[in-house]
Amino acid sequence: MDNSNKTGLAQFADNLKSVKSSFVGSFSRGGWPTSDKGRTSTVVNNFFLHLHTAKTHINTLKPSYTLGMGLISFFLLVIAFISGGFLMVYYSPSTTTAFNAVKDINFVVFGGQLMRNIHKWSGEAMIIFVILHMVRIVYTNSYKQGREFNWVIGIVLLILTFVLNLTGYMLPWDQLSYWALVIVANIAAAPKELTDIFNGMFGITLPDIGGATKEVLLGGTEPGQESLTRVYLLHILLLPLAICVFLGVHFFRIRKDGGLTRPANVSAGSGESIISPPEKKGGIFPTHKTYGLMELSKGRTPAVDTDIENTVTSWPNLFIAEIAVFMFTLAAVVAYSYFFDAPLKEYANPMIPENPAKAPWYFLGLQELVSYSAFMGGQGLPGLALAGLIAIPFLDRENRDIGIWFTNKQGKAIAIESFIVGSVAVIGTLAFVVTQGWFREWWPEIHQLWIVAINPGNLLLGFVMVYTLWVIKRTNSTRMGAISLITFFLVCYVILTYTGTVLRGPNWVFYWSPSDWPIH
Amino acid sequence: MSEETRDKDGVSRRDFLGLAAFGTAILGVVSSVAGSLRYIKANVYFEESKKFKVGTVENFPIGSVKKLDDKNVFIFSEEAGLFAISAICTHLGCIVSPVDFGFQCPCHGSQFNHIGNVIGGPAPRALEWFEISQEIDGSLAIDTAKTVSQGTKYLFA
Repeated sequence: MDNSNKTGLAQFADNLKSVKSSFVGSFSRGGWPTSDKGRTSTVVNNFFLHLHTAKTHINTLKPSYTLGMGLISFFLLVIAFISGGFLMVYYSPSTTTAFNAVKDINFVVFGGQLMRNIHKWSGEAMIIFVILHMVRIVYTNSYKQGREFNWVIGIVLLILTFVLNLTGYMLPWDQLSYWALVIVANIAAAPKELTDIFNGMFGITLPDIGGATKEVLLGGTEPGQESLTRVYLLHILLLPLAICVFLGVHFFRIRKDGGLTRPANVSAGSGESIISPPEKKGGIFPTHKTYGLMELSKGRTPAVDTDIENTVTSWPNLFIAEIAVFMFTLAAVVAYSYFFDAPLKEYANPMIPENPAKAPWYFLGLQELVSYSAFMGGQGLPGLALAGLIAIPFLDRENRDIGIWFTNKQGKAIAIESFIVGSVAVIGTLAFVVTQGWFREWWPEIHQLWIVAINPGNLLLGFVMVYTLWVIKRTNSTRMGAISLITFFLVCYVILTYTGTVLRGPNWVFYWSPSDWPIH
Repeated sequence: MSEETRDKDGVSRRDFLGLAAFGTAILGVVSSVAGSLRYIKANVYFEESKKFKVGTVENFPIGSVKKLDDKNVFIFSEEAGLFAISAICTHLGCIVSPVDFGFQCPCHGSQFNHIGNVIGGPAPRALEWFEISQEIDGSLAIDTAKTVSQGTKYLFA
């Protein structure tokens, strides 16, 4: 508008009249898009949308391919962040007030119980969906061709998910919090088991690294106010910050590594649900094709007149799918939270551990391993398992058949075989330990070194490694080894977790069901 | 000066200064990290004293076993003397309870005999024994920060 001939006040009046359109224009950089080109341009230019490519491959939109696991995990995190913010309104991290604050949230605050349930269950559901997401990545061969490092970032996110859940669990300062803190602190101190063995063996004294770690974690020698302050700091600041940074890198790398994986040949026939753009009539562009990014962004690729194969505009195709997944996730979490309450035990009592004193369920597989050896179960075996997971994309470099579930018939067979063999191995090991005991029951005087070196957990890990190598030798394919390994991981995690959760009772004695536990 | 100044071993002044700067930077980073880690290890623990009085020797008639619940210590009294055994399991820190064969841990099933030696379960070490001393007023004091070798028994007048 040419304002040069108007008075200042007239200009002001004009600006005032057009304030709505000028504000909306400034907000969305170009107003509400009405064409495919406009929408595509908005995806590129909008801060929240620019994480997406302007066009999405139809394979990415197939629910049967991704299962939506990564997206669900992300939305669960968003839900946990928001509900966590609400909980912070009432919570205070003091050993004298924390428990009462949580009780208030449960019984006094309007909607408090529901909010706490949503926070708790969305966090715990993250564990399930992050693990399933990870398994999906392996089964569809999606950790290759530049995606190796993003897989490593993913493992970091898995660890952060676990630690966020764990630290959250400690905040109510009830019996569960207190004894989980005791057990975790002592797992941190577990290298003492090793240093003790070697102390004096060669005339040297190793520093008690484990003990120092424990004291740093607790801010003392036993759980107390200092510990709660530290756990709170971790849970509400450091870990969320870390997970945001790593998640940002994770998403960024998905884009930079070329988007989600897809099979080399995708037939467009599988895209019935794709929303086609309205038929164009006239205009300077030919009507038989949609437009790729090259019309909008600078690039060196002379892609004129070649369509990006099997892609559709992200707006609306991808965004509708994302919103649907979000609504489904939120609805499921809220519904579950409506029916199932997050547990709250008695106020923390340092004199009486619960019997059995159990960690949260997602750690009960580890607790089963810890019941063989604190160091191996709490640090050694999980460390080795994570190292093995991280190594997968670096040890399997067969860049064929990306983006196909189980690669081929053989892959499916290997997955089923590993599932059965893994189940038999884990259940067999557990059955042996439950019925026969282990070294300490047979030879009470045995040196701890033997138990650290040879315990059921180690044997299971050794078996998995040997079996995976055998699969590689037999099939002549490292890819089959990866399928086998991740299947073992999943089977071990699920069965050990089930055992620790349901089958272990007071004094960590085996019971077929919690209803068989002695009443005392 | 067109040529770089070299000493007799052939290290140029530029390389020397570069290495010195690089080394200083590494040193700075390492000491900052070490200092930051040291920062989070508290100098003072706001906890109850590890040493506490338990009254005079008359409180512990020969043949008795007493558990101080809030201190997690068992005090045994025998002909041979008094001794204090920790009730904290050496596996992962749960509290053991006395049973007929000795002590039983509820968390992961560790079992100890009457003098605290491991007889079952995952515990890596025997239960700790603590120092007992006599204060000037005649009362006994246990110091859970000071462990003594298994079998150390104390006789007090």
